[in-house]
Parts: sequence; C-alpha cells; structure tokens
Amino acid sequence: MAEEKEMVSIYIMGKQYQVPYGLTIMKAMEYAGYRFIRGCGCRGGFCGACGTVYRKPGDFRLKVGLACQTMVEDGMHLTQIPFYPANKATYRLEELTPALSTILQHYPETTRCLGCNACTRICPQELEVMHYIAAAQRGDIEKLANMSFDCIMCGLCASRCPAEIVQYNVAILGRRLYGRHIAPRAAHLAKRVEEIAAGKFDEEIAGLTQLDRTELQKLYDARDIEA
Amino acid sequence: MYTPEMLEAIKIVEETRERRLKETFPRLKPEEKDQLLRAFHPDYMAGAMRPVKVGPNKGDKMPHEHVDLLESRSMLDPDTFSLNIDFDVDVLVIGGGGAGTSAALLAQEAGAKVLLATKLRHGDANTMMAEGGIQAADKENDSPAIHYLDVMGGGGFHNIPELVAALVKDAPLCIQWLESLGCMFSKFPDGTMNTIHGGGTSRKRMHFAHDYSGAEIMRTLRDEARNRGIQVIEFSPAVELILDESGQCAGAVLYNLETEQYLVVRAKTVIIATGGSGRLHIAGSPTTNHYGATADGLVMAYRAGAKLIFLDATQFHPTGVAFPEQIVGQLVTEKVRGLGAQLVNAAGEQFIYPLETRDAVSSAIIRECRERRKGVTTPSGMSGVWLDSPMIEIIHGKGTIEKELPAMFRQYKRFDINMAEQPILIYPTLHYQNGGILINDRAETAIPNLYVAGEASGGVHGRNRLMGNSLLDIIVFGRRAGKNAAERAKNVQLGKLSLAHVKRFHEELQKEGLGQKVAPVLLPDYRGKVS
Repeated sequence: MAEEKEMVSIYIMGKQYQVPYGLTIMKAMEYAGYRFIRGCGCRGGFCGACGTVYRKPGDFRLKVGLACQTMVEDGMHLTQIPFYPANKATYRLEELTPALSTILQHYPETTRCLGCNACTRICPQELEVMHYIAAAQRGDIEKLANMSFDCIMCGLCASRCPAEIVQYNVAILGRRLYGRHIAPRAAHLAKRVEEIAAGKFDEEIAGLTQLDRTELQKLYDARDIEA
Repeated sequence: MYTPEMLEAIKIVEETRERRLKETFPRLKPEEKDQLLRAFHPDYMAGAMRPVKVGPNKGDKMPHEHVDLLESRSMLDPDTFSLNIDFDVDVLVIGGGGAGTSAALLAQEAGAKVLLATKLRHGDANTMMAEGGIQAADKENDSPAIHYLDVMGGGGFHNIPELVAALVKDAPLCIQWLESLGCMFSKFPDGTMNTIHGGGTSRKRMHFAHDYSGAEIMRTLRDEARNRGIQVIEFSPAVELILDESGQCAGAVLYNLETEQYLVVRAKTVIIATGGSGRLHIAGSPTTNHYGATADGLVMAYRAGAKLIFLDATQFHPTGVAFPEQIVGQLVTEKVRGLGAQLVNAAGEQFIYPLETRDAVSSAIIRECRERRKGVTTPSGMSGVWLDSPMIEIIHGKGTIEKELPAMFRQYKRFDINMAEQPILIYPTLHYQNGGILINDRAETAIPNLYVAGEASGGVHGRNRLMGNSLLDIIVFGRRAGKNAAERAKNVQLGKLSLAHVKRFHEELQKEGLGQKVAPVLLPDYRGKVS
C-alpha cells in the first residue's frame, strides 16, 4: 500500500499549488497551507459556508461545489465565495398570511425574475431554484417550501442572479410561512403541553427524581418497548 | 465509487439480506453491556486520560486533549490587558448555535439588551449538522415520566435528576415553540407529528424534518433572531471571561479573528453556549463536529472557577462514514438504523441489536473489527462494518431513502454510491461531549451571573446521551438560560472589572510547571496535513 501519491495542480485564486489527488477542495487548501477563517463551517455539507466556483482550462463552463464535499481535479481554477451581500426583509411571522402578497411585500424583486436559470445551474444541492422562485411568484407557498427544503443557504444563487433576487431568503420566508400558517398544527402536542402546564406529571416525575439507582434500574428494565 | 474488492464484499451482504430481514438480534443484558463497554469503549482505553493538575477538578481524570487545554494559559496578559469597555449589555451570549440563539431570543423577549458573539458565522455550530431528530413525549402512548426513564437509563443513571426532569417536562413546549416559529417537522396530513425510535428509546418520540432536523431548527431560529434585531457579532470568539472584584461574572473579552483586535464586553449576565469539542480529535478519532468545536467555553469557565462533570465520558457515534475517504468521520444518522437498516460484518452476519445505546453499539463495532477481525478494510487502511441501507427500501418501499434521508442520499451520490441499492461502510466517530460545565435546572453555574446551555454543559445526559436529546437539550436549556439571565440582569450591580482570576490561574499553572500552551485554541490546525 506504499504507492506514491498522485499529485495534481490546482489554482487557488489564480495561484498554483501541487496537492494530492483524492483530497476534497477544503482539505487540499489546508494541505497547501491555508487555515480557514471564512469559507469553512460544518465540513459536512450542511451549512453552506464553503461554496466554491471553478473552471478548467479550455472549458468556458463555470462549475460549482461545496469545498468540503468536492474532490480536486487536475487544472481546477477555483475560488470560494464565503460571503455575498444579501437583501433580507424583517417580519413578524405570526402577523403574516401565507400568500403571494406576503412574498411581494417583503421581496418585490422576486417579480424581476428573467427565467434565466442561472440560479438552478449554480446550486450545489442541485435544487430547482428557478422553479421554486416561480412557485413563489404564483403564491404557491407549499411548493416553494417543499422544493427549497434542502437549501443550505450558501448564497451562490444570489451571486449569479441578474435580477438581484436573494433566492434563499425568499425560500426561508416561504418555508416558515408554510410551517406556521399552512401545515396543520399537531393537536396531540398542544394537548400534552396543556397537561404539563396543569401539572399532570409533576408528582410522578418528582417521585422519580427521588429514587435511587437500584429502583430506577428496576423500572428501566421493566419498560415495554413500543414496536 | 466502491472498489472491485468492496463490490465483492457487498455480494456477501446481499446473500444474507433475505434471511436477516426476519431476524431480530437479541438485546444486551445489563452485565453484557457493562463488560462490552469496559473492554472496547475508547473511554476505557489505557493511557487515554490523565488527572488534571490545576483548577476546580484537580485530580480528576480526563482525556489528554481536554487536560492539555485546561492546563494552558490565557491569550491575554492579565497584568497588562486593559479592560476598556466596548459593549455594555444585560446578557452576553457566547456561541451562536441552537442553544445560544434560543437563549438570545428568550432574553430579548424578557426585555434584556442582548449581544450574541459567535466564533464563525451565526449558525455555524453542531446544531446545523444534527440529522436524526429531537425527542419529546407528546404522543398519547407516551409521557414525560417514560422519557425520564429512557434518559436516565441511557446515561447510566449518572444523570442529575433535576436536569432530566427539566428536560422531559419542557420538551413538548419546546417542540410547540419550534412549530410556531415555522419549523417544518415531518407530519401526517392531519398534523400529527411523524415520530420514530432512536437508540435507547422505549417510545417512538423522535421528531424530525427529513434528515435536516438540526439545519431546519438552526436556520429557523437564526432567521427569527435576525428579524428581532438581536445584535450579533460574528467571527469574534470569546477568549476569556471577565469577573468583577467580588467574583461575579461580568462579561468577556472577544477576539476578532479577522482584524486580530480585542473587544471588551461588560455584561450583567453571561451565557456560555460554545458547544462541543470534536475538533480536539479525542483518541485521535475523526469527528462529526463542525470546524469550531474546540471546547472554548470549558476553558474559560474553568479558569473562572466553574466545576466540570463527566468530561471523561466521550460519545462516539457508532456510524461515522468509513468510506469514501474524503468524508471519513462524517455523520450517518441513527435514523438509518431507526428505519430498519442492520449492522452487518464482513461475513454477512448481524452482531449487535442496532438500536442499543450509542456507547454499546460503538463498542460492539470496535470489537467486531479489532478482536473478531470481521470488519472490512478500505483502500486507505480504515476498518468498518456494513450498514445495510437497502433494507430500508425493502421495509418501507422504494424511494424511502431519497424521501426521508435526502441529505445522506445526496452525500453518497456525490461520490457515486447509491445507498438505496448498496450498503454503506461505517465505523465509530467522535461525536458528542457527554459532560461539561456543571449546571442546575436554571442553567446556572456556581459562579454568579454565569449560565451555560447546550453541549458545553454537563449533567443532563449523565455519561451517555441518547439520540434526539441534544437538539432537545439546547432548546430547553437555551430558553431557560436566556429567560433566567434576563431576569437576573435586572438586579445585578457590577463592580470593577477584573482579570485577577486569570492571574491566579497562571500562578497555579506556574507552580506545577504548566502553562506553556495557550487556550482556547479557537480553531484546529490542519495546515500541511493530509487530514
């Protein structure tokens, strides 16, 4: 297993480095000597901190990936976009209605969408961004919420949008509207909250806190497990 | 993409699948579990720990990686550092994850002037990556009392009773709070919450939002904090707590990572919500944790005189990615097992009930690879066992994985592995700090005005946390800390700001010949390495 590591050339903001093939962009940058402050978050594909754009020589196409999840390729010319200014409306969710008017009131620029699909093409989560913006424009909050659910708010879409929409902020407004105003509330949950507030379980739990280890172990071992 | 050798190994798993679908592996008896942990859990490995020589926990054994930090000196020179106040607030929240953001929201609601200081971006925290779910006893067939038993048993009965009582009683209210903030929990058409089992649970009380449960909660809380105009300073971790001359907590010194300048915050109350310590790579293990998980809060609180508890109980998540190499250590949520996937060795056999508590499953996997030599070895030399994910499609129907585990499905697809058709290779990974700074059920420490919430605290989970109780912990105690701190701040009178406690700590270090290194470390250093 003592093979020589194959090395590749990558260009970090135009500067060439030799790094081992097989590393992710993030680990390759660290191998090259970078210590991240910006551009690194969860390192696991969830937080959107490490959005990276790159091109390969001879190919005009702009490619994208999360630095923590994308392997280096020989000849990659890359940069991260760790921050992009974004318009964010402020609102009191409880006062809003889940309708087109709410979207337009907070993000009127949504109507400027050209349908160019640049946002969809740049999304590292492969979401159909243009389509969820289209749903927003129709006032279809449920569709907006479901289609945008896997959005990690990396901001690459907003960086590419000629209409200057911040798609991921429209999306989170849509999701919160759905979660609060469209999805039916859990009735059993409300009931249990009331019961607890009324003290229904106080005595039983107070009793449990007084038990010693042996008594607790007995109760624990005697639990029936829901199938 | 799997290598040809691994594809051959997968055939063995496929051959036994039909038989295994009807099999239930027997659960461990308490003595068996105890023996298994003692023989194979990393906490019991000889040479992994040493007693700390200074401070409130002097003499207690903890992992070297923690002791190294606790026996370090401050970034600041207490003799020369000038405490000119840059910010003056009622509540300073250190840490912008789920606990910190919950605390900030509740503190502000109670009328306090709040400052939230984060090390990286607001939301860069372990909360964002939590996948499986959040526990709460809100179904008819369940009750907080049953939840109490599950938590206690999972923790080895070491949990502090009043903390567990608070956790289980606040739980349904916390879910309702998140629901009202617009969190899209997975529900049935009539609004009933879709809930499943986790390791060690006796009722299906794990609420989730596909497998983005943590992200859904984090981004919702963050959006709400932004809407409410709570002041947030990013990329400015706290490096030292400030006390006043009478020993009350009085604020903190922040360090702007980008400009390398200090900011002095005077605060009537301080809430530490700095999260976990996975990036210390305890036992040399890969980790599921985010970049900033370096135990900063523990170090600062320790110097101020706070006691730590159960820091010698480290949680390894049984299923961390073992292949492909690029994402080794990343989390494969317990939900995969919750949906029916079995753990299978190289011979195609089960060897442990998949939903034992995490410490037991981790130990069993380590035993299977190390002692029984029935693990699979990857090209990079890592060992692992299979998690037979295709079983989920068979049990729940085709398309279940893509629907219920979109984040995981996508993660593997990026590396040309279809987890709906092929099993995945896993091995235990460093995941959670079971212990931390000791608190009471008001989230208070023994130091006046100092609160702690979330992973940085200790006592709630005993010596082993159950799945779904961390997302719960941060909301329950984040809210309690915020509310209580705001209330207390109304009556706090601060004296002269002081770093005398740091000076005293440095003197104690010097007596022991310690203090060569500086802590908190703030960020791990992977420069020049193939990590």
